Amino acid sequence: MNAPVKTPEERQAELQGMGDSRLRKEDARFIQGKGQYCDDIKLPGMLHMDIVRSPIAHGRIKNIKKDDALAIPGVHAVLTADDLKPLNLHWMPTLAGDVAAVLADEKVHFQMQEVAIVIADDRYIAADGVEAVEVEYEELPVVMDPYAALEADAPVLREDLAGKNEGAHGPREHHNHIFTWEAGDKSAADDVFASAPVTVSQHMLYPRVHPCPLETCGCVASFDPIKGELTTWMTSQAPHVVRTVVSMLSGVPESKVRIISPDIGGGFGNKVGVYPGYVCAIVSSIVLGKPVKWSEDRIENISSTAFARDYHMDGHLAATEDGKILGLKVDVVADHGAFDACADPTKFPAGLFHICSGSYDISAAHCSVKGVYTNKAPGGVAYRCSFRVTEAVYLIERMVDVLAQKLDIDKAEIRRKNLIRKDQFPYTSPFGFEYDSGDYHTALEKVLDAVDYKALRAEQQEKRNDPNSPTLMGIGLVTFTEVVGAGPTKMCDILGVGMFDSCEIRIHPTGSAIARMGTITQGQGHQTTYAQIIASELGIPSEVIQIEEGDTSTAPYGLGTYGSRSTPVAGAAIAMAARKIHAKAKKIAAHLLEVSESDLDWEIDRFKVRGNEDQFKTMADIAFAAYQQPPEGLEPGLEAVHYYDPPNFTYPFGIYLCVVDIDKGTGESSIRRFYALDDCGTRINPMIIDGQIHGGLTEGFAVAMGQQMPFDEQGNLLGNTLMDYFLPTAVETPAWETDYTVTPSPHHPIGAKGVAESPHVGSIPTFTSAVVDAFAHLGVSHIDMPHTSYRIWKKLKEEGVQL
Amino acid sequence: MIPPSFEYHRPSTVEEAVGLLSSLGSEAKILAGGHSLLPMMKLRFAMPEHLVDINRISELSGVSVVGDNITIGAMTTENAVIADPILNEKVPLLPEAAKLIADPQVRNRGTIGGDIAHGDPANDHPALALACDAVMTVVGPAGARQIPASEFFLGTYWTALNDDDILTAITVKAFPDGAGYSYRKLKRKTGDWATAACAVVVALSGGKVSHIRITLTNLGPTAIRAHDAEAVLSGQAVTDELIKHAAEKAMAICDPAEDLRGDVEYKTAMAGQMVQRAIAEALSRAN
Amino acid sequence: MAKQIVKMTLNGQQVEQLVDSRTLLVHFLREQMNLTGAHIGCETSQCGACTVDIDGESVKACTHLAVQCDGSDVKTVEGLAENGVLHPVQEAFYEEHGLQCGYCTPGMLMRSYRFLQENPNPTEDEIRTGISGNLCRCTGYQNIIKAVQSAATKLQDKETASA
Repeated sequence: MNAPVKTPEERQAELQGMGDSRLRKEDARFIQGKGQYCDDIKLPGMLHMDIVRSPIAHGRIKNIKKDDALAIPGVHAVLTADDLKPLNLHWMPTLAGDVAAVLADEKVHFQMQEVAIVIADDRYIAADGVEAVEVEYEELPVVMDPYAALEADAPVLREDLAGKNEGAHGPREHHNHIFTWEAGDKSAADDVFASAPVTVSQHMLYPRVHPCPLETCGCVASFDPIKGELTTWMTSQAPHVVRTVVSMLSGVPESKVRIISPDIGGGFGNKVGVYPGYVCAIVSSIVLGKPVKWSEDRIENISSTAFARDYHMDGHLAATEDGKILGLKVDVVADHGAFDACADPTKFPAGLFHICSGSYDISAAHCSVKGVYTNKAPGGVAYRCSFRVTEAVYLIERMVDVLAQKLDIDKAEIRRKNLIRKDQFPYTSPFGFEYDSGDYHTALEKVLDAVDYKALRAEQQEKRNDPNSPTLMGIGLVTFTEVVGAGPTKMCDILGVGMFDSCEIRIHPTGSAIARMGTITQGQGHQTTYAQIIASELGIPSEVIQIEEGDTSTAPYGLGTYGSRSTPVAGAAIAMAARKIHAKAKKIAAHLLEVSESDLDWEIDRFKVRGNEDQFKTMADIAFAAYQQPPEGLEPGLEAVHYYDPPNFTYPFGIYLCVVDIDKGTGESSIRRFYALDDCGTRINPMIIDGQIHGGLTEGFAVAMGQQMPFDEQGNLLGNTLMDYFLPTAVETPAWETDYTVTPSPHHPIGAKGVAESPHVGSIPTFTSAVVDAFAHLGVSHIDMPHTSYRIWKKLKEEGVQL
Repeated sequence: MIPPSFEYHRPSTVEEAVGLLSSLGSEAKILAGGHSLLPMMKLRFAMPEHLVDINRISELSGVSVVGDNITIGAMTTENAVIADPILNEKVPLLPEAAKLIADPQVRNRGTIGGDIAHGDPANDHPALALACDAVMTVVGPAGARQIPASEFFLGTYWTALNDDDILTAITVKAFPDGAGYSYRKLKRKTGDWATAACAVVVALSGGKVSHIRITLTNLGPTAIRAHDAEAVLSGQAVTDELIKHAAEKAMAICDPAEDLRGDVEYKTAMAGQMVQRAIAEALSRAN
Repeated sequence: MAKQIVKMTLNGQQVEQLVDSRTLLVHFLREQMNLTGAHIGCETSQCGACTVDIDGESVKACTHLAVQCDGSDVKTVEGLAENGVLHPVQEAFYEEHGLQCGYCTPGMLMRSYRFLQENPNPTEDEIRTGISGNLCRCTGYQNIIKAVQSAATKLQDKETASA
């Protein structure tokens, strides 16, 4: 009996291709406790490394006493900078063209800096060893404020840079100055400001925060002295780049270095950098000839691995009296901490901050960013965002609100007036970005209708009129554009390696497939969504497509996963590799069907002979033929590799609206409503998109409402555990409403733009917009984050409206 | 974050535990729920040489009632307090307040006695004990003795307990008939200690306050009973004005420590807010 | 070094192990028993990634000594599925997209498993409170809550079917 013929709809559904809310391939192992994260890896004879860290923020190391630690049974070694010096590994290059101490060399520059390492039989003994190492310091004056750091008589922080007046990004003007970077046209902007009818200015601090993934950083380094091969499992968002760096540092040929990113318990930018802990574990393994594990604890993670933000920003807008924005100027002082270890494309020391003209049609703009050293931990990563885009979006969205308030124009109205119109795309921004596509006005109206914006404003007016109201009500609105998918190699590289990404697909004879990419999932669900792209392109069910990432010995070179680049760059590489296979498959189909290629039509999973529905070959038929009887002149097999160099970035956008109620007695805020409309172009898996948006909004909520890294004047980080550092629980987290429009990217093979970071980037200024709006009738135009109850209460008191 | 080495002891009776504490001296610490002690040990702020685990001493857990006296074993967990039918009927403040302590898992380990014996002004049970006129039963080498809550909390991390004492039970009086109660706790997030918190127990007679307790958490070196605030309301038919006045009196005795939760001014103001809200809620429940 | 013999029932199996008195339960499970499902996230009992079930209660294994489990019945995420059949909370997390990076998942599952026995028919608010000892950085909890609701229904259906 023949199987019933399936309808095209049934065949389409079986593929679980693009647009399908396919359940995740990753989950089976995670829900059964069978994920393999770095700390789960256990090798025979493995030793454990722990780190002795500086209790002070700035000082000279007078003496390090190892004896007591070495006397503990089970301690194998205690290493300091002096031990690494002969290997020239006591300092390492950073991604930003600076150097960073691997272990403190004569001086410590921030609290919790790595000073020595202890390697022992297990983590308990290693911890005892750390406790037993005695370090004597001579304290030096501490500089925590980046403005103070630039004063003429400020203490010299980086003595190692003495006499180095030229940095990686131009001249250094001061001993604590790193770079000054500019974009846009200063004289054009100055001209506009000189003649503009209205100008507004606002200073704002985007505070230092930490990405704080639930899994901390760590690695297992295993050097095989016989083969001369180094294998390292590492919590890395960019294993290939790490391989290149490790090879450069260690002198082990890149072909003998294998970096494996196993399952990763969240990254959010924190796992992009190369940290001293990784380097020390690798060195220890090479020196001792045994596998060495390093697992950071939470205090170490928050205190020493990469922070984000810390931008002190001055924004200025010039406009007409009816609210048409004419010009934008921005000056930023960026606190980079003790070493410039920002993770940005090499040519952009302030990342893509020059996206700061936002979604608005502004003719003249200029920005400058000044990087400064202080006695804080290094970093400056993109915390769930593209490089410095969160800062840029925050700046412009705040400034538009400030202008609206000054002109007494509603914040929705001023946006209508200034948003780039649909017919202006592709739109070249005053900073030179070419926005690929967008339809901002349609999305804005959709959101305003969905929440009944007019009714909200009326309710707010009533509350403002009632002096006995126990709450203040604020409405936040943001219309943001992200720039993601770094990036075109003509602009973007890391240490000289272009920021392309890659995919290799092999179709097996029986029609299933394996595909590998240069990216690495950390929760985004690549193993699910990447297969969906291939399924749609090649007509092979997602279920039989294996996706592998993260092992540099098997995956093609790629720059990794951060900055929402996986779908825009690797996703494109996948489609292009699949299309190469598709083209070859067509030749094989024509051969099998004895027609010419031009007689064939593609339908879901098969090539059909035009006009003869019964004559077709499915991709499975073709796969077998490719290994059995390829047409003459065609090599056997069915596989392809594609390295995709994007012609442009992609520009996802969104319209977010938030309603907040503030308790006038306590300063507590309650997010009554948060409506998020995202446009990420073509949607591959709506279920996963929604999940990514929920997560991004929640991280944005955490940043805006509570995350901070408070330091005292001595440079002590107060609040370095999860007791103080704000990660909201289900109780604090608001319920999210999501919506979407679809404006595909015209230059991306499948029209996708990337989504995971938009909700973080877009929500943060929305919360601030809402909190400030609650005070707007009192003349308040800006309040710095985080909007904790304590800080809001201080504002209530300042304005004399606290109960 | 790894604790230092120690010897572990697991007595099965109070007597045995007291004996261990006496013989081991000040290098021994009692392990109750462990959610204050073990983190301190992991940070190596506490490095006891001996831990005396009293979790398996069955006589230390559970709630019993004799007349108006309700006795809560010191090792009764927060979740057991929340679920206990006697407490819910006779001193409902305790189960309600316990829900605001830590999180569900921690409440399975954290005990009422551990919370009290730690002497941390940020803990909630000290102020609750004051609000419930609790009497602590303490067993030392010389036997058992009773210490009223009002004489138990001597300073930050300092109580009437000696090194070789064990707090074995907390005895509270059933609330007067028709009493209203409330615990209002302002915190930054789930699991946090109070920025400011206030417990109120109030009973009315003929529309006037016949019994009142107002106590405060984390607003001074120990939990505080706000006598002056109580005096404002005692014997009165309560008005909004009087509630405000009582709150002012309570704020006047606050002496909180500045930390990331806020400065002295904020915490004191929040004490006023919590006192007002707790009084209002307690009154709304009184009849 | 102070070592002690500890006997416990672990995922239904009797085990007898020699442990250091200072060994935290989470390290005992992960390193001595090779059960790496329980994860370490904060080490100060905020995140709940290490949540396991001890004698019918959810406990954070990072703040509990292995020696304290002598005589106890301990269940970890590895013991949740029975005879190769997923527990309804596992199914529900998969179906409702209640996980992303997967790191908080074992703790979330173990807490949800116990919570639904404490409260078989919870409201959304009760679920939020019930899992408030577990942090997730990826999902914003929205789909976790859906998963717990779905698991509650599944468990009730199962109950009805077996009654």
